[in-house]
Formats: sequence, structure tokens, C-alpha cells
Amino acid sequence: MSTVLKSTTQEARTAPRGGSSAAKRGFGTRLRRLNIPGGLGGWLWLAVIILPIYYVVITSLKTQAGYFGQNPLSLPTEPTLENYQLVLEADFARYFMNSAIVTLGSVIPAVLISFMASFAIVRGAGRFLKLVNGMFLMGLAIPLQATIIPIYLMIIRLNLYDSLLALMLPSIAFAIPLTVLILSNFIRDVPNELFESMRLDGCSEWQTMWRLALPLTRPAIVTVAIYNGLHVWNGFLLPLVLTQSPSLRVLPLGLWTFQGEFSVNIPAVLASVVLSTLPILVLYVIGRRQLLAGLTAGFSK
Amino acid sequence: MSNTVSTAPGPAVSVKDSKQTEQRKAALAWLTIPALFFFLVFAVIPLAGVFILSFTNWDGIGAIGAAGLDNWFSVLADPGLYNSLGLTFLIMIVSWLVQTPISLLLGVFTAGSQKYRAALAVLYFLPLLLSSAAVAIAFKALLDPNFGLATGLGLPFLAQDWLGVPQLAVGLVIFVIAWQFVPFHTLIYQGGVRQIPKSLYEAAQIDGAGTIKQFFHITLPQLKYTIITSSTLMVVGSLTYFDLIFVLTGGGPGNSTRVLALDMYLRGFRANLMGPASVIAVILVIIGLALALFLQRLGGKDKQGSQLEGL
Repeated sequence: MSTVLKSTTQEARTAPRGGSSAAKRGFGTRLRRLNIPGGLGGWLWLAVIILPIYYVVITSLKTQAGYFGQNPLSLPTEPTLENYQLVLEADFARYFMNSAIVTLGSVIPAVLISFMASFAIVRGAGRFLKLVNGMFLMGLAIPLQATIIPIYLMIIRLNLYDSLLALMLPSIAFAIPLTVLILSNFIRDVPNELFESMRLDGCSEWQTMWRLALPLTRPAIVTVAIYNGLHVWNGFLLPLVLTQSPSLRVLPLGLWTFQGEFSVNIPAVLASVVLSTLPILVLYVIGRRQLLAGLTAGFSK
Repeated sequence: MSNTVSTAPGPAVSVKDSKQTEQRKAALAWLTIPALFFFLVFAVIPLAGVFILSFTNWDGIGAIGAAGLDNWFSVLADPGLYNSLGLTFLIMIVSWLVQTPISLLLGVFTAGSQKYRAALAVLYFLPLLLSSAAVAIAFKALLDPNFGLATGLGLPFLAQDWLGVPQLAVGLVIFVIAWQFVPFHTLIYQGGVRQIPKSLYEAAQIDGAGTIKQFFHITLPQLKYTIITSSTLMVVGSLTYFDLIFVLTGGGPGNSTRVLALDMYLRGFRANLMGPASVIAVILVIIGLALALFLQRLGGKDKQGSQLEGL
């Protein structure tokens, strides 16, 4: 039985991939004729995207003298890492740790509880579940930042003001609507026969959720985890309002205060920008395929 | 949703079985409790709280006192509100007009199969990784008239006082928002384009329709729901462009880039007027809901019913 199940899951997993590559081939032949204007626009947009990034990276490697003396877009004549040293001495290691704690502490619980809710919404039935689903979807339409003042009040009353936990709790809540939407779209795609065979094997819904739905939706889970992780990692409003100690700054906040203090030293400020993005860039390089494929599928269903 | 469940092709389900299934299905509701708890406590209650706080006086530290409708009267009589409101809609509309065609075309472009397009796509998505604070700081440096892009490219018209002239600051904000968010919407359109059945294009080719005709008669209509999804996220999202504008311009020069979300923050956490700030927050929520409902109506019920059920 388990081997049968495994081979079916394998099929389920590879089927969409085969389908999309076939579709891609179709578009390739179709779009080849669009090549000239399309390609031109594509390269133009690339320049718009890359130029600022290139400028930030090379400037962060310049000395102050190089910054003032050289052409702004030419490579540094004497590349230096002293800006990065300055940034690291400004406690960025701690900001990094804070960001990592808040991000993991928000994303793991958010994805876990959203997955459970999505499973119930897709597999279950009844008015209660419909209501819950409708409520989460309403959350998509509401700019949740508008709730910042009551959240500030609640965090003060809960004695959590100026703590990392204060950043995690609302972040978890804010992540739920979109995570549930995307995960339930994916769980809905799991063939019903698989659920049926689990049931005939005598598995409870709880077991089915962890043994069948979780492994089959793993790509989607990784996707929403990365997407939410990006949001929390880059979040600015919650840390700005809910913390005040320098030792509790997360990276975006640290970035902002650093540029306030070092506004005359542009290379150092830009080094802090590069350094704060580096961990995310590493993740992007590793999980790029997964993230891009997952996001396109998740939002365009 | 209930459709997908009821189409279960169980062979000859007995009455007893279906009753058991029903119970199983109802019992699943427990699994939503943790998510429901977080969402109620940190999203729904605050949402109710912001309505209540709009009728109170609070300086952010001391006691909260009742204020009746005073905050509403004072905010609604404040020309600053209409400045922020107009600005928010201006940025929303212009951003939509700028971002939608670019994202759509780039989405179609990156959905193609050539290797170099995939490579370009990887680079296109880099802005997605940067925080708004990082983007704002980068552009501030980039726009320095002496040591930035203007000198680097030898284009003197780029050497403007971007953050000092109101119209330029608004234009800059719109541009930087597009720079930051077009990648995300490109991704959505890319996925949408890949889901268009290619048989449609084959049929059109047989009928002799050219590329442009195919684009307007197949691609665009087929992307209807993708356009609605992307536009909803874009328009509702534009209400929350807080951090980027806060770091880039701080709302200045003067109040020329003080959008609603920023107005809320500055009134609440800088001027310590939480009551009026809550009024602004309520206005933000109402606008967000109204826009989302309006955009969903545009899409009709059919497919959207399965995607954004309950809206």
C-alpha cells in the first residue's frame, strides 16, 4: 500500500512540473516573434533594476576619498572593506540576531497554524469553517498596519513593550490571511483519491494531515515561509513603534538609525544596506527556483 | 469549496458512511483554533479597537478619556486630511497606471522559454529582497546631485533637488515604489500567462491572427483574473506604503508626500494624538475594504468564487 501511495504522490508531484514545461515550450515558439520589442524592453528594465544595485555595491567598497573623487559609477580604484568593519562595529551583528529571532519566531508558528487551518478549511465542511475562511479572506483586504495604535496599546498593557516577542505576535497574525489562501489552494490540488486511501487505511484526519497533506504541499510551505520571512525580516513599522532600546533593534531599524548617525559617510551607509540584505540574498540564491515557482503558482491560481 | 468536497467519487457511499464523514469534517474545525486565536487577538480585536479609540483622547502614555465625536470633527475639518487623502489616491492611481502595464509585459516576456529570459528574471526579482528602508536609503544616495547617478551617467537633468521640490518628491516616490513592487507583480503575471491553454494560441494561429492580435484577444482576456488579483494587491498595498516614504522623504518637503498611513503615524506617535490618528486609521480600513470589494465585483462571481470566497 505504502509503495502504491508513494508512486502516486511522486506522480502528483512531477505532473505539474511536466505540464508547465510543456506550456513553456509552447510560449517559446509563440513569443520568439515578439523578440525585438520584448527583448529591448526586457534589457531596459534590467538596467533600471541593476544600476541602483550596482551603485550601492561599488560605493560600499569605496573609501571616502574615492567616493568624493571618482566617477560615481566606476569601480573603486582601491577597494576597501573598512566600511563593512565600521558597520559591524556599530552592533549590526546584534541587529542581525534580533532579526533572525523575530523572523523565525514569527514564520514557523504562522506557517504551522495556517497549514492546520488550511487543511481544515479544505477537507472539512460546515458553517463555522466557512465563516473562519471568510474572515481570513477579509484580512487580505484590510491594511493591517491601520491597527498599529490598538496593537501598541495592547502590547503596553501586556507588559511586552520593548521586547522581541512584541514584534512576533502581531507578525504571526498579519501573516495568516495570505498564508491560508495560498496553502488551501495547494491542498485543494491534492487528488481526493489519496485522502480516500488514507482513510481506508484507517488513518485519522490528524495523521492524514501530517503524513499526506504536509509532504505533498511542502513546496507551497517553503514558498509561504520564504515570502512571510521576507516580510518580517524587512518589516519596519512594528519595530519602530513597539521597541525603543538600541539593543533590540532589528536590521531595518538599525539601518535607519545608522544612516541618521553616519549621514556624511555614504559608503558606510551603503555598506550597511548591502550587509543587511546579504543573508536574504544567500537564501534567494539557494531557494530561488522554489520561491519563484511557488509564488507564481500561489498567486495566479 | 464545498463543491470540491462533495465531488468525492466514493463508490456507493452508504448513509451511515456519509454521516460519519460529515462528523469527521465538522470535527476538523478544531484545527483552525490556533490560527483563529492569533487572528482574533492581534487583528480583529485591534481592528475593533481602532474604531473605539477614534472616539477617545489618548497621548500614548497616560489615561484614555472619552472624546465623543470631537476627533472626527477636528480631523474632518482639517485640510491636512484632504491633502493626505488626495495624495494617497494620486499615488495609488499613478502607481497602478505605471506598474500594471510594465508588470504585465514583463510577465509575458519572462514566461517565454528562452534561457536568457530566465536569467533576466532572476535579476528582475532582486528588489523583492530589499527592505523598504534599504531601498529608500539607496535611492537617497543614488540621487545625490554630485556623487550619484547624474554625475555617473553624465545626465545633468538627473541632478535635481529630488527631495526638495514637492512635485519631484511625489514623482520620485512613485518611481521608487514601482522599482520595488513591479518585480512582485511581474511574478504574478508570469504565473498567469503560463496557465493560459496554449491550444488557444494554436487556434488563433490557424485563423491567421498576428502576435499583437493574439495579445489583445487571448492573452489580455485570459489574464482578467490575474489582473484583478494583482490590482487588488497593488491598490490595497498602496495604502500601506509607509516605511518607504517615511525613510525616503519623511512626508516632506512640507507635507507634499504625507500619505494617509504616514499621516496616521505622525499624528499618533510624533504628535501624541492617538485619537485623531485612529480616525485616520479607520478611514484607511474603510478605503481598503471598499476598494477590495469594488475590485472583486469587477471580476464577477464565477472563478473568483473559488479564489476569494467570502469577499
